[in-house]
This record gives sequence, C-alpha cells and structure tokens, in this order.
Amino acid sequence: MIADLTRAERVWAMLILGSLGLAGLAMAVAGRNDLLGVHGWMVLAAGLGGFIVVMRGLELPEPSDDRLTEYYDAPTRLGLILTLLWAVVGMAAGFWIAALLAWPDLTFDAAWASFGRLRPVHTSGVIFGFGGNALIATSFHVLQRTTRARLPDQISPWFVLLGYNLFCIVAASGYLMGMTQSKEYAEPEWYADIWLVVVWVVYFIIYMRTLARRKEPHIYVANWYYMAFILVVAILHIVNNLAVPVSFGSAKSYSLFSGVQDAMTQWWYGHNAVAFFLTAGFLGMMYYYLPKRAGRPIFSYRMSIISFWGITFMYMWAGSHHLHYTALPHWVQTLGMAFSVVLLVPSWASAGNALLTLNGAWHKVRDDAVLRFMALAAIFYGITTFEGSFMAIRAVNSLSHYTDWTIGHVHAGALGWVAMITFGSLYSLVPSMWKRPGLYSDKLVEVHFWLALSGTVIYVFAMWNSGVIQGLMWRTYTESGGLSYSFIDSLVAMHPYYIARAFGGLLFLLGALVALYNVVMTIRMPATAQNEVVRDIPIQTALQAGE
Amino acid sequence: MALGERDKPSGQMTTGHEWNGIKELNTPVPRVVYFFLIATATFAVTWTLLMPSWPGINGYFRGFLGVDQRVAVTQTVDQAKVDRASWTTRIDQEDFAAIQADKDLMNIVRQTGAALFGDNCAACHGTDAQGRPGFPNLVAAPIMWGDDPKIVAETIRIGINGTSPDTRFAQMLAFGKDQMLAREDIDAVVAYVQTLSQPDLAATIDADALLAGATLFADNCAGCHGEDAKGMTDTGAPNLTDAYWTYGGDRANIRHSVYDGRGGTMPSWEARLTPTDIKLLTLYVLDLRATRP
Repeated sequence: MIADLTRAERVWAMLILGSLGLAGLAMAVAGRNDLLGVHGWMVLAAGLGGFIVVMRGLELPEPSDDRLTEYYDAPTRLGLILTLLWAVVGMAAGFWIAALLAWPDLTFDAAWASFGRLRPVHTSGVIFGFGGNALIATSFHVLQRTTRARLPDQISPWFVLLGYNLFCIVAASGYLMGMTQSKEYAEPEWYADIWLVVVWVVYFIIYMRTLARRKEPHIYVANWYYMAFILVVAILHIVNNLAVPVSFGSAKSYSLFSGVQDAMTQWWYGHNAVAFFLTAGFLGMMYYYLPKRAGRPIFSYRMSIISFWGITFMYMWAGSHHLHYTALPHWVQTLGMAFSVVLLVPSWASAGNALLTLNGAWHKVRDDAVLRFMALAAIFYGITTFEGSFMAIRAVNSLSHYTDWTIGHVHAGALGWVAMITFGSLYSLVPSMWKRPGLYSDKLVEVHFWLALSGTVIYVFAMWNSGVIQGLMWRTYTESGGLSYSFIDSLVAMHPYYIARAFGGLLFLLGALVALYNVVMTIRMPATAQNEVVRDIPIQTALQAGE
Repeated sequence: MALGERDKPSGQMTTGHEWNGIKELNTPVPRVVYFFLIATATFAVTWTLLMPSWPGINGYFRGFLGVDQRVAVTQTVDQAKVDRASWTTRIDQEDFAAIQADKDLMNIVRQTGAALFGDNCAACHGTDAQGRPGFPNLVAAPIMWGDDPKIVAETIRIGINGTSPDTRFAQMLAFGKDQMLAREDIDAVVAYVQTLSQPDLAATIDADALLAGATLFADNCAGCHGEDAKGMTDTGAPNLTDAYWTYGGDRANIRHSVYDGRGGTMPSWEARLTPTDIKLLTLYVLDLRATRP
C-alpha cells in the first residue's frame, strides 16, 4: 500500500495524517470533560498510527512508472474486505436487536446494550458500513473500467476509503456511548458530520477528475447513478445536519430546525437517503456487474435515460409521505403521495431494464448463483418499489404507518435488493481483483444464495403479518365505540413474529459469514499466471493518447 | 458516433458504444412504460386538483373537494363522541350502585375498560391487574386507601405521591437509614412483623425478642399501620397481617422496607384521563374484584 505511493504522495499522506492527529488532540483537549474527548483520543490514535505506518515506508523505493498502465485497484480490494466485515458487524447487531424485541432481557442491564443504542449500530453498520464501503469500492472499479482512465492519484482514494471508515467507527462507537442527534440515519454528532463532508467532497472530486480524463467518448449509465449518489447525498447530509454545537468542547449539538420543519427536513433526508444511497448507488452497481456477468447488452439505453431522470426527479419530492396524518400540513402530504405514485414507473422501468437484459442469458441465471443474486435483487427492487408507492398512498398508510409493515418493507429493499446486488457484484469482482481464476467455492455461493433468500423471505413475511395484524388491532373498535385492544395486547400478538424475524435475520447473517469465509479463502488461494485471469480492456494512458 | 450492430437474441441494434465489453441496445422504450407514466401522472395531477396541494405565496390550493385533515379528524372525533354518548352520559350521571346493577351497562364497562386498563394501568399493575413487585395487586389485595367506589375514583384522579395538588401522600419512613432505630431493633421489629402474616414463625423466635418487637411496633409503626397492624385507609398504610405484600413479605424485603423506607408513586391521572374514563376504570377494577374466581 505504501509502496504504491510516490515519495511526494507519502509526504502528503504524512501531512494529512499528522493534521488528523492534531485535530484529534484538539478534540481530546477541548472535550476532556465530555464524551467528545473519547472520540478525540480515537482520532488522535488513528492519525498518529497512520502517520507512523507511512513514515516507516517513507524510504521505500519509488513505484515504477508501469503502475500507470494499470488500473489502481488497491483501494477497491481493501474496500471489499471492509464491506464484508461491516456486513458481519451490522447484521450481527441487527440479529441482536431483533432478539431483544422478542426477549427484552438480552440487554444484560448494560446501558450500551440497550435497544436505543444498538439499533443505530445496526442501521449505520449495514447502510453506511456495509453499503457505503461496497459503493466506494465498486465505484472506483467501475469508474476506471468505463472511462479507461486510472484514478487521478493514489492518495485521494485512500483518503476517501479510510476517512469514510473512520467516520463509521466514530459513529458506531458514539452510539454505544449514548451520543446521538436522534435523527434517523443521521445520528452522528456535528464533528463526525463535518468530517464526512470533507471525505465526501474529495470523493466527488475523484469522480470528476477521472471523468474529465476519460478515454471513452460517452459516460456510462452506471456513472450517472454513482454521481447522482455522491452529489445528492452530500446535499442531503449537509442540510439535514445543520446544527449548532453546545460548545466546541461538547459532543452535543442542536438542530437548526425545530418542530414540523425539523420533521420534514429529516424525512426529506431520510427518504432521499433511501433513494440516492440505497437506490441510485446500487443501481450504478447493477448497471455494470449484471450485464457484465450475464454477457448481455443493456436491454434499452433509452429506458435507462427515462428511469434515471424519473427516479432522480421524483424521489426529491416524495419524502413527506413519511409524515402522513401528522402535524405536517395536508397539502405537503398530498404532494408527497402524488410524486410517490408516479415514481413507481421509472422504478419499474429500471427493474425491467435489468431483468430484460437477462433475456438470452436465463440459463446462466439458473446455473450461476452469482448472477442469480443480481437477478433476484432486481426482482426484489421491483417488489419493494411497488410496495413503497403503495404505502405512500394516504389511505394505505393509515393502516401501515408505525407498524412492522414498514420494517418489512425496508428489509425487502435492504436484504432483497441492496444486499443481494452487493453480494452478486462482490462475488463477480473478487477473483479478478486478486487475480484468481475464480472463487474458492462456487458451492458456498450457492449455500449463501439460499440462506439469503430464505432469510429474506422469512423476515419479510413475518413483518408483513405482524404489521398488518398490529395495524388492524390498533384500529378495531368495540360495538360501544371503545378500542378493542390495548397496545400491550398488540405486543403480545407480535411475539411469535418477532421470533420468526430474528430467525430470518440469523439466516441472512450466516450467509454473510459464508461470504466472508469464501472471499478470505479465495484471497488465500495461490495466485495464477496473468493470462489465466479475465482481462479488462487495457487502460489508455495519457502517454498513448498523445502519441 | 460508432455504428451499432445487431444483437442476435433480441434482434435489436446496439447503440455502438462499448464500455469494457458492456454494450447497450437501442431498444425503443416499451409502450407500456409510457402508458403507465401517463396513467400515474394523470392520477397524480387529478389528485392534486381534488385535495389541498400546490403551494403559493400566501397559502396553498385548497382542492376542489374541500377536504382538510384537521377538519376531518375533528369531525371524526366529535362523531365518535356522539356515538358513545348513549352510554357515556349514563356513566357520567348515574351513581356507582345504579351502574353496577345494570347488566348491559356493565358489559360495556368490561369491554371498554379492558383496553383502557391495558393502555394506562397494566404497565405497573400487570395485564392481569395482579400487581408486580412494587405495585399492588388490584384484584385480590385490600385497597390501601379504601375500596369505596368514590374513593377509588379519587385515588385514580389525584394519584399517590403524584403531581396533582390534591394528591394522596404516603411515605414509609427509613427507620434504618435515617437512624431512627438501632440495627438490633430493626431486626426485632422485622421478625415480629413477619409473624403477623406467618404466625407459624413465632415458634422459631425467642419470646423476649418477640415481645421487644411488639413493643417497638406499637411505638413506631402502629401510628400508620394501626394497633392491630391491619393498615389504615386514612394513611394509606397497608395491612401487614395478610398474604399480600407490595414489596415482598420475606425477611429480606421487609427489612429493606423498614431500613430504607418506601414511597411508591401512582400518577395523578386527571392530567391524562377524562372523568368518564376514570369512572370507567373504577368500575372496571371493582368489577374485577367482585367477579374474581
């Protein structure tokens, strides 16, 4: 890793890591009477540790210029491993809190193990840790292949990948200590948010610089989606996290928004995090790895355009459907519902484009579990987007809102779509990244596929059932006009479904562990001769272009 | 622009672009996509015309149907009140004995009271109303402040050690912590108190010690719990001679109560429940006591 860097890049790395260490020290000093101080020491350790690692490699020989004739994949390789590690952490936390709902005593009287603290570890762990690392790792890979250009330098990709993971660790450890903004999917406090903005801007610059140097005349669809993901997430993150810290020595901050404006900002953010993080980003992934694996051209370039602009435009206005029947004015709810209904069409067009791309390759879907992961992901994407538009209808929402139906919906998307497209892409990427002829075991991929599918189905059906039962129990009246059931009655009715849900989640977690094992064993396989590895289209260097 | 080629399985032309081996077909967008795009957009636009929707500078478009969620919810709640009035007015106006004598009305009380109890009382007293450690059994144990319906209703309204200015107040003193009794005196009185509900234990205790305990009890405890230790509804002090213990009747728990004192809280429900709800809950709880197996 250090040997890849030029001497100038090593010096830059030391400067950056040294500054990070100093920032950590400042946090530790300013926040010495606050939990902020704990994070200060962590940041200091990260900066100092990195500084020492780079310093020890400072005198290594300069890398040869041959490196410029190859794509820069080292950050992608680490990103893929981090993806799997976060998958295990995030999904294990998910299994734990699922069990907590069925057996509340599993907190063992420890504050950090309470549901309120573990839940964001699960959500951030899977969305940002697992999903985010997968997006960063694959986006670097796809970007270079589809532009025939190398990443612009060898230090900014590391800054993005490692800086992003520092954010994830600060976030997760903060939750366990009880630090939170209490905004769903935007829990990390102000200093972590500022750091993420810096990382994200560098990420966007990498994308722009590489695209500017592209050797392909056109920008491939996958890159539209990855760019939409990076750009919009930056906007969402900055606006929703506008807050004033109590002091520079305090982790606590107060949002700039209050009351229903705060709720609306939060769900504009929350819904578009689903749209641009969990949908656009992973559609980018799908548009590259699915046709590549299937060996088929994209079904329709024209439909790609309609879906892309449809999704990008419609999603922005749909967030208010999270606040039906609340203090939010009725007119905002109507607009959220109207846009959500139209949104179904570009969403299904995307799912259709993916599935129709498989025409002529369905025999591969049958035989190849890796491609089957991606095909199934497209199906789940279609199911979930239909369900989402349906639930955005106010009358439906009056039944589904605040129930487990919402949880079922989210997991149909998160397990069925996001995780499956990620695992499919990851399996198809790993052998070429480590120059291996194939995966350690195709059988284990098959095992993982069935674990993931059965886990998802059990989970989603359990939550559909419990959600609808819950919703109906809450709105059932006796003949005399009183409520038929107390809230606690509905809790008792949920118990068997909570056990089923935890079991489904456990199957999914086991699948992730199988994936981790399979990938580690693939990496440990002996390297093969270059000519046995599937080759990408070669890079076109600036030198060649000038000839 | 590079020329496309024909893709065999689909019969479509490619766009002529290629990225690391990935090509795209130039397939026209299927008609069904346009159809649904138009259909959903038509629905969406129509819906925004019917409902409150588009914002302007000085407000928003109210929609041709004139629907408003605030008006709708107010009307629904009012209508529900009207629908319930046939029996709620009787609950409000008639006295407890008259209601308890009316079979049909009591059926409604049981139906409505169950959810009301579950949502407001069960968290402490249990779904079966049989209490939990720290929270008394409402079905079987004597009610500390009295079980007359009016008194029960008042206890629910003002609570115990609650936030209402009228709240009932009860405090078991911390005889040990506040050094009002010596350690050996506490042991003696605890041993004595335990024999009140478990007379068999008296045989295991030295007669002098028992007498000392009884004297200590008369001097320190009888003021609230009564000379006969059967509790007093004026002070809310529990009966110590029966089998029901809010904090547990074994030696260790009684000692804990005497040493550290007790002062449980019941919220003042007037802040949250209507007088009708409070009366319903009173009737419901008394009915549980009357009909218990």
